[in-house]
Amino acid sequence: MKNVVKINVERCKSCGLCVHTCPKKILKIGDKPNSKGFYAVEMTDQSLCIGCAFCGLICPDLALEIYREEKGE
Amino acid sequence: MKTIFTKTSGLTERPFHYCPGCTHGIIHRLIGELLEEMNLIEKAIGVAPVGCAGFCENYFSCDMIGAAHGRAVAVATGAKRARPDRFVFTYQGDGDGASIGLAETVSAAARGEKISSIFVNNAIYGMTGGQMAPTSLVGQRTSTSPYGRDAVTMGFPLDLPKILTQVEGAVYVASVSVESPQAIKETKKALRKAFQIQLDGLGYSFVSILSTCPTNWGVDPVEALDWLTTKMKPYFALGELKTPALEGGSNS
Amino acid sequence: MAMLMKGNEAIAEAAIQAGCRLFYGYPITPSTEIPEYMSKKMKSSGGTYLQAESEVAAINMVYGAGAVGERVMTGTSSPGFSLMQEGLSYLFAAEIPCVIVDVMRSGPGLGGLGPTQADYFQLTKGGGHGDYHGIVLAPASVQEMVDLTKEAFDIADYYRNLVIVAVDGILGQMMEPVEFPPYQGRKLSPKTWAASGAEGRPKNNVISYYLTPDLGESENLRWGQKISLMKESEQRFSEYLMDDAEFAFVAFGTSARITETAVDMLREEGIKVGLFRPVTLWPFPEKGLSARLPQIKGLMSVELSSGQMVEDVKLIVNGQAPVGLCKRQGGMTPEPEEVVDAFKKQLLGRGQG
Repeated sequence: MKNVVKINVERCKSCGLCVHTCPKKILKIGDKPNSKGFYAVEMTDQSLCIGCAFCGLICPDLALEIYREEKGE
Repeated sequence: MKTIFTKTSGLTERPFHYCPGCTHGIIHRLIGELLEEMNLIEKAIGVAPVGCAGFCENYFSCDMIGAAHGRAVAVATGAKRARPDRFVFTYQGDGDGASIGLAETVSAAARGEKISSIFVNNAIYGMTGGQMAPTSLVGQRTSTSPYGRDAVTMGFPLDLPKILTQVEGAVYVASVSVESPQAIKETKKALRKAFQIQLDGLGYSFVSILSTCPTNWGVDPVEALDWLTTKMKPYFALGELKTPALEGGSNS
Repeated sequence: MAMLMKGNEAIAEAAIQAGCRLFYGYPITPSTEIPEYMSKKMKSSGGTYLQAESEVAAINMVYGAGAVGERVMTGTSSPGFSLMQEGLSYLFAAEIPCVIVDVMRSGPGLGGLGPTQADYFQLTKGGGHGDYHGIVLAPASVQEMVDLTKEAFDIADYYRNLVIVAVDGILGQMMEPVEFPPYQGRKLSPKTWAASGAEGRPKNNVISYYLTPDLGESENLRWGQKISLMKESEQRFSEYLMDDAEFAFVAFGTSARITETAVDMLREEGIKVGLFRPVTLWPFPEKGLSARLPQIKGLMSVELSSGQMVEDVKLIVNGQAPVGLCKRQGGMTPEPEEVVDAFKKQLLGRGQG
């Protein structure tokens, strides 16, 4: 069972709210600017993600989507 | 692949224009989700204010009307009285709803207009560049209170939800905030209840939401969450300040 | 079968018969019989009367109802009409059809309750911000108030534009016999633009702003074309003894009624004078007046103001003939004899000199 955070790089404004709010502290500000010049967030270690979706709840720009791969997928 | 969290169809595809970390976006998401979850997208008519959220008609999937500054609640009253079968909500900032539009808000509440008002309180005028608002805190520096809001000459912040609890026609008044996932979930519950109360035709519902303005507060988005928590929350009355007394009041 | 009705109430009844089911207003003398009548009759005709907390709120309620595509009206008097000016500018930009009645009372300031026509500039040049116009209808009898109010809703829907019915305290308060003949309205298209709830169609936004200057210009040019279209096709006037007239009075509403008597008095003295009565204050009936100019040696505007419409008359006459002014203010109205004396002094005095 694996949780996946899908980051829409173009919608991210690098505000850092998800980085702050993630209870596992596995999101960080990336080093690649998107087309607007924002350094979109990046996932450090997807395997540690517990799928709580706090990052999605706190994101003001709907840049994050959270999915869960069922066993055997 | 099971979806845990994704964008609601209650919002359009248009990215938000708000500043990085501005929590207007979170509030928009909650409203969009409720429009979808409560099957209101085709029934809803939203009234946009003038202010940072003055462009929100591009973000909500339902029909929207753009009101003059301060007049959203009067516009919504006109629309709801014309089409009582529709779900009508207003989205306003603290200047729009508690300064220039104060009379419209209080009068609609007194009349028990069957509309739902969302009042986003970030204690500042955002769009015009950070001026003092009716809800700016004592001592708060803004571009028009550069030495800090001085109560002697500029008075005290106005706690609009607390005032509205005294108004008969306002049957549901909540004061919530969006600085953390827990607070965001509480806000969604309050909004759902307010919307349901309109659908049940019980009277006026009003949800005040403490929100951040990193750009004009002069802090980064994460610090702004802290400023909201440590400075704003202690001043304003919080929680469900008034709920319908009737037994039949639906709180599904 | 004619019945005796007060002007204000006749306007309200005509609105209901025109399918108006929403009235948002605020009490102000001398227009208050309109909301009173609506509060009595709207319910039984399946409509809604709502008393707003101010004229500012009332005009914005009109904005909301019009935006969802319903026929809606408000009625007020000069000070209230002033409070509605921002709303009129927004209504124009959002292209929301609606009808506003202004029962003029003397100003400025709290002023008086007597009749006036001193809202003319505000009505025709626009008291709100930006380049906008409402079509302004100026009835001069209770019957004409009925006929024009009914048409006002059609004109508003036809052009998606605000329409103002402008009367004064006398016309609003006077009683005259009226009939309500069946009304054959214009062919109107459905309001697919309205924000009435996106059921089975893409969403609509009814807004009044534009973000960029180039979009601002193109919107204003588009509105300009609508203004030209209304200007071209909605000019209305009526004439009294103008066919062989060598002199012409120009007057509307109450002052037109007084001037008719002055015309008769002068005709008895063998002076060929007539009355040109604008029925639309905007668009001013330019074509009609210009057509008469070749035969006219002098004109006189008769107004209950410091002289506002006279400026538009001078614009059209453009120096081809002298234009005099007979005016009373503050709620006073001229006696016909005063109009005759002013005419002789300002136009014949020059003529016999």
